[in-house]
Amino acid sequence: MATSTLSNQATYDEDVLIQELGYDDHFHEHHHGDKFQSNFITTYIFSQDHKMIAKQFLITGMFWAIIGSLMSLVFRLQLGFPEESLLWLKPFLGKWIVVSNGIGSLSQEFYYALVTMHGTILVFFVLTAGLSGTFSNLLIPLQVGARDMASPMLNMFSYWFFFLAGVVMFLSLFLSTGPFSGGWTAYPPLSILPQASSGSGAGMTLWALSLVLFVVSVLLGGINYITTVLNLRTKGMTMWRLPLTIWAFFVTAIIGLLSFPVLVSAFLLVIFDRSFGTSFFLSEIFIGGQALENVGGSPVLYQHLFWFLGHPEVYIIILPAMGLVSEVLAVQSRKPIFGYKAMVFSILAIAFLSFIVWAHHMFMSGVNPFISNFFVIFTLIIAVPSAVKVFNWISTLYKGNIRFNGASLFAIGFVSMFISGGLTGIFLGNSAIDIQLHDTYFVVAHFHIVMGVAAFFGMFAGIYHWFPKMYSRFMNETMAKIHFWGTMIGAYAIFWPMHYTGMAGVPRRYYAFDTFETFRHFAELNQFITVAAIITFFFQVLFVVNFFYSIWYGKKMTTKNPWGATTLEWTTPIHAGHGNWEGNIPAVQRWPYDYGKHGREFISQVEPMAEGERDGGH
Amino acid sequence: MNAPATRVEYNRRNKIPAAKFALWVACASITMMFAALTSSYIVRRAAGNWLEFPLPKVFLISTIDIVLSSVALHLAYRAFKNGREQAYKILLSVALILGFAFLLLQYQGWMALQNMGVMMTTNPSGSFVYVISGVHAAHILGGIAAILVAVLHAFVLPFRVTEQRKLRFELTLTYWHFVDFLWVYLFFFFITQS
Ligand code: HEM
Ligand SMILES: [Cu+2]
Repeated sequence: MATSTLSNQATYDEDVLIQELGYDDHFHEHHHGDKFQSNFITTYIFSQDHKMIAKQFLITGMFWAIIGSLMSLVFRLQLGFPEESLLWLKPFLGKWIVVSNGIGSLSQEFYYALVTMHGTILVFFVLTAGLSGTFSNLLIPLQVGARDMASPMLNMFSYWFFFLAGVVMFLSLFLSTGPFSGGWTAYPPLSILPQASSGSGAGMTLWALSLVLFVVSVLLGGINYITTVLNLRTKGMTMWRLPLTIWAFFVTAIIGLLSFPVLVSAFLLVIFDRSFGTSFFLSEIFIGGQALENVGGSPVLYQHLFWFLGHPEVYIIILPAMGLVSEVLAVQSRKPIFGYKAMVFSILAIAFLSFIVWAHHMFMSGVNPFISNFFVIFTLIIAVPSAVKVFNWISTLYKGNIRFNGASLFAIGFVSMFISGGLTGIFLGNSAIDIQLHDTYFVVAHFHIVMGVAAFFGMFAGIYHWFPKMYSRFMNETMAKIHFWGTMIGAYAIFWPMHYTGMAGVPRRYYAFDTFETFRHFAELNQFITVAAIITFFFQVLFVVNFFYSIWYGKKMTTKNPWGATTLEWTTPIHAGHGNWEGNIPAVQRWPYDYGKHGREFISQVEPMAEGERDGGH
Repeated sequence: MNAPATRVEYNRRNKIPAAKFALWVACASITMMFAALTSSYIVRRAAGNWLEFPLPKVFLISTIDIVLSSVALHLAYRAFKNGREQAYKILLSVALILGFAFLLLQYQGWMALQNMGVMMTTNPSGSFVYVISGVHAAHILGGIAAILVAVLHAFVLPFRVTEQRKLRFELTLTYWHFVDFLWVYLFFFFITQS
């Protein structure tokens, strides 16, 4: 697989190194055979092996990605072709397709439910659990040199709470009143007053229950990730020798642990308002001419609490993708990552800043404009560490021996998306410009490119790169390349035009625009977007086919380290069992980015430093 | 935690055990939740339409009670470490009883609020007190469960000072100190705000 230009005359055999210099934890003396993987249930279902849990997260995430994307196609059909009949969807959607004069159209309530579910599913189930759940689980123990997570059992619970959250959300899709429809941000009063909209009753109850289960999953996972990184690193693995993937997952877990509890507080108050008659978030409200009893609540308070999680959450999504991309770019361009320490410090800076910019989502919510200024400044400062990272990725690629394959293409695509979407963030971060742009398609374009597409690209890069580690086979490269180009062009085709409609003021979350004279000339653009979305979806089907086909029929892995990477996960056997290494745990001798050093293509982390050699990254 | 957890501990070179570290991380997480609730309180209070009322005296008693419980548990831990079995058992039981008493006192506090006419739904100022102290009580419940297990161990298992049991005790102790301190913070928060 690895076509190398430099010859890699390894002076040592890695297995011998691990046996001689490694760390004997007496792991295998204690367990003859593996009683934790003794039968089908403990191996595949209630598994405590981090590698299996990673696959569970990944496949569950893929399931949700397909559901969530299909939802977006349905509401895109409504937006692109408001006049066409959707009667053919009736067998799937039943009463949500309203028929009049033989023409079927999407019910308005269900449109909102679809948008809400799409957002919730993609943000939480796919790009949080599916991304950081998968790769934190797979890579943290393997790359820090641990047998498993600090607590494999809590780790297992983390997956099953996620699974339960999914079950509850899935059930809510079949409620007769429909799932929650107040937007993924669940602003009150839509999330509090059952009479506010059709999904605000039972739909919201299940939505909130599902998310509380989800937060439990994130917290259990996060506690484990942090503890594992800090406590279970192997001999020689100092913090400055951690691959950037691990730094990213580690900081992501910290952000999650500090921000998700705030969301829980917000939900708690929402639940009290809903069920016990308090008025934390409800002010004087009239429904159908009737005044409600609630007085004095503050819906803006909810926004503060929500976005205190909400903004860190977007970095919980993007940081793991950044980590994966950093690693993939270094390995696939056969060069050390440029500015390792700068990368780490910018991850830390982004994490810190992500906690003090939340009100940039609220410039138009009646927040004091003077206070807004602070949030403008901090928001714009985030561009600095972000730019550092982009610069370093590009410098890593510069003059690299890039192997263009599924993994590296998606990693490069990630950088492109992150630049495009980051730049529009700077527009939005100005509270004055935001007056025009807030709640328009410009915002939709911004966050889909910088978060949605970019994080997916990071995830794809990670899957193509680590698929051999997960399934001991390769994914098909031709299909991967078709998948990449289709997605790259398709994603820009979908989201680029939205900048224009947004600047013209087209608001997001509207069911139809054909009654607005001002927006009529966007009808064709909207059709274009919808068609592009449908085509792009089919490229994702190709990916799913490739994925499952390759699990069983992909090209077999014949060497342990097909990419010629330096990190520890590639020193494990091709079919690694529970415990990861057969004999000793490897001891780490150097930083993870020794590519092209001393005329060697790469030098594994387990190889001792030569006399007088300086460790990289310092 | 069961076998796999201890199994990977072999790999550990750090001084502080993984379980303890995980507990601290969890405490940080809980802290954020209460930080969110109390800052909501401040923000909401600044917005006006806020009913002022004095915090019932019972809450002062419950604060003293919970501090004493913490002290008792700490002394029980010392006694355990030094092998003073009798003192250990007594102090542990005292900590547990004071823990239960705290919940009872909190309940009295909520009743006192009701008698003052501050119901759950009267005004957000009261709702906050109910919700925050209620959520805190739920965390106390977790601590009481942990102490209950410790008491069971103390009276059922033969007295022996092992690393394993010391660690378990330390975990209980850390959590209990944490939730107790949390209440002290909340108490001072409430009285300085009202
Ligand atoms: C240079 C960096 C960035 C800046 C200055 C920035 C700024 C902003 C601003 C000001 C808004 C609010 C717009 C409005 O509602 O009127 C916004 C929305 C959003 N941003 Fe960013 N952003 C940046 C990067 C990111 C990144 C990296 C992500 C995710 C990985 C992200 C995800 C989002 C999301 C999800 C929303 C919309 C949430 C919603 O209303 O549903 N942004 N951004
Ligand atoms: Cu933000």
